Amino acid sequence: MPSEFTVRVNGALVSVSAGATVAVAMVIAGQPCRNSVMGEPRGPLCGMGICFECRAVVNGIPHSRTCQLLCEPDMEVKTDE
Amino acid sequence: MNNYSREQFDVLVVGGGPAGIAAAVRAAESGVRVGVVDENVVPGGQIWRGGPSEGPHSSDASSWLLRLKKAGVIVLCGKRVFHHPEAGVIMAEGLDDVWELSYRNLVLATGARERFLPFPGWTLPNVMGAGGLQALVKSGLPAQGKRVVVAGTGPLLLAVAAYLRQHGAEIPLICEQTSWRRLARFGMSLMSHPGKITQGLQLKRDIAGVPFEANSWIIAAHGEKALEGVTVSHAGRTGVIKCDYLACGFHLVPNTELAILLGCRTRNGYVQVNDLQQTTVEGILCAGEPTGIGGVDLALIEGQIAGLAATGRTSEAQALFPKRERFRRFARLLDATFCLRSELRSLPSPDTLICRCEDVPYSRLREHTSWRSAKLHTRCGMGPCQGRICGPATQFLFKWNPDSVRPPLFPARVELLAAQPQSIPEVTGEIQ
Repeated sequence: MPSEFTVRVNGALVSVSAGATVAVAMVIAGQPCRNSVMGEPRGPLCGMGICFECRAVVNGIPHSRTCQLLCEPDMEVKTDE
Repeated sequence: MNNYSREQFDVLVVGGGPAGIAAAVRAAESGVRVGVVDENVVPGGQIWRGGPSEGPHSSDASSWLLRLKKAGVIVLCGKRVFHHPEAGVIMAEGLDDVWELSYRNLVLATGARERFLPFPGWTLPNVMGAGGLQALVKSGLPAQGKRVVVAGTGPLLLAVAAYLRQHGAEIPLICEQTSWRRLARFGMSLMSHPGKITQGLQLKRDIAGVPFEANSWIIAAHGEKALEGVTVSHAGRTGVIKCDYLACGFHLVPNTELAILLGCRTRNGYVQVNDLQQTTVEGILCAGEPTGIGGVDLALIEGQIAGLAATGRTSEAQALFPKRERFRRFARLLDATFCLRSELRSLPSPDTLICRCEDVPYSRLREHTSWRSAKLHTRCGMGPCQGRICGPATQFLFKWNPDSVRPPLFPARVELLAAQPQSIPEVTGEIQ
């Protein structure tokens, strides 16, 4: 794996270092991980896989906990609606 | 379909932080079959996240991680325990795999999480836990040039501030809710813990010049789509600080859900253990934060005692008791110093969300008299985190007691729950 590569977050390319989690890519992109029941934007809170606030759609799989998932080249990430 | 695997262990450890690693290493010395199951990508837990190169515990971390590697322990990473179908068996899931793990002895080393308390604006993106933001920076989030207010309570705040600063962040303020009086008493009592003083002095150097206030807490976070600033209360006055991130955590709460699911008795929120770290369920031991929040030093000792006790080496375990007692005194000191002040109970406004999973506001909860009633009528605590965030918050806000734990421990995928062993792969050597 290259030391730096890009992933796509809500359509925009984001450059990340190898070892970065998907949650990191979403925070760098300034995109919410999910929209809440009432439609509020949410981002990571606990950073350790417990709060589920960072869940997003990763390569088409919804509700993925992005703080526990490493970025891979050309990954497609979207805000969980 | 998913891969279904079975594994048998003499000693199985849940949790790959310091307590779990110490337990596994000491148990493996007896030549028995030892496994560690952990949900993170690599072992080390939260405190050793990011590998041995980081932090004041780096030499401990690298030596224990090396010992784990050499001990012949089977380490299953990225697997989360979600079920306990029968005595002597737990189930874990990975991304596309299910594991049926049987054991003679089980060591629970499930660690702790941060306590979060609600205040207006705490659900905005970029408001994170103190340990939460640190974990993200360790996972590659650039901190260079970012303004980060660090707030809440506990020794973690200083460690996080120091870490963020080393990584280029600007810390306009650290807000510690406890009083100067308590902090002073804590400082005096540290005289009997020389190791802690060394760590403390190192920290003091690392955060020299960073503004620090006691008797201080966040009363609101502001921003349109994400955090833009916070309002801070300090000694009866308030002020607004612009920032990119708020790192806010109120000390730690133990992860006791698996212990409770397994039938282990708890006392005052902690898993009850005897001198040998044995729980009230035969064959199940517990070490580290779930038995009392005491930090990495206590976790390493308790883990070793558990690993030795699980393999019948009682006298070697007993030799570690005096050391454990010393670190337990430090744990009690932490509890006394960083207990939460009652003013924090009045921070939420009626529309402040308490349950972030189900968006349940404070106004809908305060009419209830118990956690159970609130759950049934408002869905508070019924979302994917299963009350792990709002449970400790409502315990503080309303003095509600958490109720029983039911499987699955985490929202497991339905197909995983229904999975049956189709072919059992032969396991040889080490699995990662």
